[in-house]
Amino acid sequence: MNTNRFRTHTILLALLTVGLVAIFLLSLSLGSVSIPVEQIVTILFGGTAEKASWATIVLKFRLPKAITAALAGAALSASGLQMQTLFRNPLADPFVLGISSGASLGVALVVLVAGVAGGSSLLAGVSLVGDVSLALASIIGSTLVLLLVMAVARRVQSTMTLLILGLMFGYATSALVSVLLYFSIAERIQAYISWTFGSFGGVTWSQLQVFGPVTVAGLIGSHLLVKPLNALLLGETYARSMGLNVRLARLGVIGASASLAGVVTAFCGPIGFLGIAVPHLCRSLFGTSDHRLLLPAVTLLGAILALGADLLAQLPGSQLTLPLNAVTALLGAPVVTWVILRQRNLRESFAG
Amino acid sequence: MIDHKVAKIQRVEKAPARFQKNWQVLEDVRAPVLRTEGLSIGYRLSRRAERVVAADLDVQVEAGEMVCLLGPNGAGKSTLMRTLAGLQPALSGAVWLDGALIESLSASELARRLSIVLTDRVDVGNLSAFGLVSLGRHPYTNWSGGLSEADRAAVLWALDAVGATPLAHRPVLELSDGERQKVLIARALAQEPRLILLDEPTAFLDLPRRVEMMGVLRALARETGRAILLSTHDLDLALRSADRLWLLGGDGLLHAGAPEDLVLSGAFERAFASERVNFDAFSGSFRIERPAAGIVHLHGEGLARRWTERALEREGYCVDNEREGVPAAEIVIDPAGPRWNRAAARWLLRRDGNEQVFETIGALVRGLKKFDFSEKVELLKSRTSKREILKCQD
Repeated sequence: MNTNRFRTHTILLALLTVGLVAIFLLSLSLGSVSIPVEQIVTILFGGTAEKASWATIVLKFRLPKAITAALAGAALSASGLQMQTLFRNPLADPFVLGISSGASLGVALVVLVAGVAGGSSLLAGVSLVGDVSLALASIIGSTLVLLLVMAVARRVQSTMTLLILGLMFGYATSALVSVLLYFSIAERIQAYISWTFGSFGGVTWSQLQVFGPVTVAGLIGSHLLVKPLNALLLGETYARSMGLNVRLARLGVIGASASLAGVVTAFCGPIGFLGIAVPHLCRSLFGTSDHRLLLPAVTLLGAILALGADLLAQLPGSQLTLPLNAVTALLGAPVVTWVILRQRNLRESFAG
Repeated sequence: MIDHKVAKIQRVEKAPARFQKNWQVLEDVRAPVLRTEGLSIGYRLSRRAERVVAADLDVQVEAGEMVCLLGPNGAGKSTLMRTLAGLQPALSGAVWLDGALIESLSASELARRLSIVLTDRVDVGNLSAFGLVSLGRHPYTNWSGGLSEADRAAVLWALDAVGATPLAHRPVLELSDGERQKVLIARALAQEPRLILLDEPTAFLDLPRRVEMMGVLRALARETGRAILLSTHDLDLALRSADRLWLLGGDGLLHAGAPEDLVLSGAFERAFASERVNFDAFSGSFRIERPAAGIVHLHGEGLARRWTERALEREGYCVDNEREGVPAAEIVIDPAGPRWNRAAARWLLRRDGNEQVFETIGALVRGLKKFDFSEKVELLKSRTSKREILKCQD
């Protein structure tokens, strides 16, 4: 029976890997211009495509975007899984500790305060600096929150305190953002709002040189934490009694998952839903709470779903693009609801 | 030997950190696995102020022994357990675990000597019983927590030792409370500790399951040579199954000794007696005291008599055929039918020259209650002291 389950799990992981490769190629092939998949493969392996423009489209635009989407999806899902386990709460997501709040405050300050100070004459200037300053602002915002959370986590005894502090911090920052919005002009509000929609498209090759390594490092770090995460399944007291240094483990988990969430928010905006949904999907797909299996599973499935959502957001065959966050939630919410309802109840379907 | 201070034994410096690799019966059964010296437990409220729950505790647990920690609510059982488990610092004094000071052990060294089972219900989602028990191998596995052959063997052994082998592949959330408790104990055992601490392991179980659980724990202690310390509210069961009791009274004193010694010395009664509840040293159980509603003469024998007596006591009647005075009523148990049979018994209630027949104890009690006693109770009170009426069982 045990070997049977083991085989099922191996097959599932293999299927997920194949699915990831397939959807990755598909997302390179589909778009405003459709490029045949075999041409994509040729381009990726350094060959010459039938049309020279195809190579440009794939290498310059679609490849960085697809890599970003895959990494961001994996990062958010791995981060969400760790947060749910650490806080033993099925509603936890990568942003419970206020990471995205920090980033949005940073962006709001840049977009909205610059507007208030300089008036509409500076608008042109902002759009010129545009993406770079936005990314910078949200990096600074999320890093500051990350450092704050780590500092608090080192002192606070109870993990629940941390959760409540994160929530309170989220409320406070969103209040500040609404004050800024209230005194801002329409164009800047629009700029801010479109940042909150989230997008994988804004990341260039040069930005990817930062985004890529940080995300990969965060993912590797998360995979090294499977043993403490498993120990935390039974709660902190049991974990401690099994020889786990809970404070250190907590710091590691928060460090890994918050930097994953932070770097994604910084470069792609606050992308919701994936982080909370993918861990639940994987738990019911694999029927386990063992992080040795769940972490690779959420990494793969997260990447697949992020690529899929991005594909759908572009509405293949049309020139229209939907906000990414709208797509993830609209399609994901019914799926997750169905999965959860199929289980006995939410409390039990949740692991830890 | 009922003294709350157990004679201090000579401190023997043992080779520290000797870890028993094999998980079969541990040798060296004589040595105390756990020993406290002048231990004070409680909470440090601020830098100066502390709240001492219990002080000067000198107790020990030996290998192969099952010790039950008893005490009324709020006496500090949990605080003591937490302190012994190293989850909470002691205010003063020392806890020696397997020859080493508990605070000198690293987290993983401690985990190899001591494991715990908590009262809280664990939510582990989709984990199977085997998966849950294998979490107990945490102190022995590599970075990823993968199980070696030896680890698997230890997990299977632990499951077998508590009789949970058939549950191995079932999801923990499908298990009943009793089964889950067994699996949690197997997890603690898979950690291969010298000492297992259990916080109210029988709390959510029904009576047969409680008896079974105590049996399992007792057998574990005996057969594996491990020491078991558990806190419980199950006085009766603890009296019957523990090798030794630790009685933590509300006064901050800990009485340790064989259960029977503690009953004889009266320590048991002192720790638990309250205004409304009395400990009956003869039956080893507690009785709720009610003002006597009257004296009843009861004729009959066997099981039916025993339970009729209990029903009458519950209603506040004194069952005493020898007692002088006017009986409120006379009850005769009539084993009706040719072969005596519990269900077929009838109860005859005689009073004031009338006789009524009841088919069940419940009906008997209801019939008795309708009867007005006040007059007779008054009569009794004038003859005997009130105290005597209250303590009619003596």
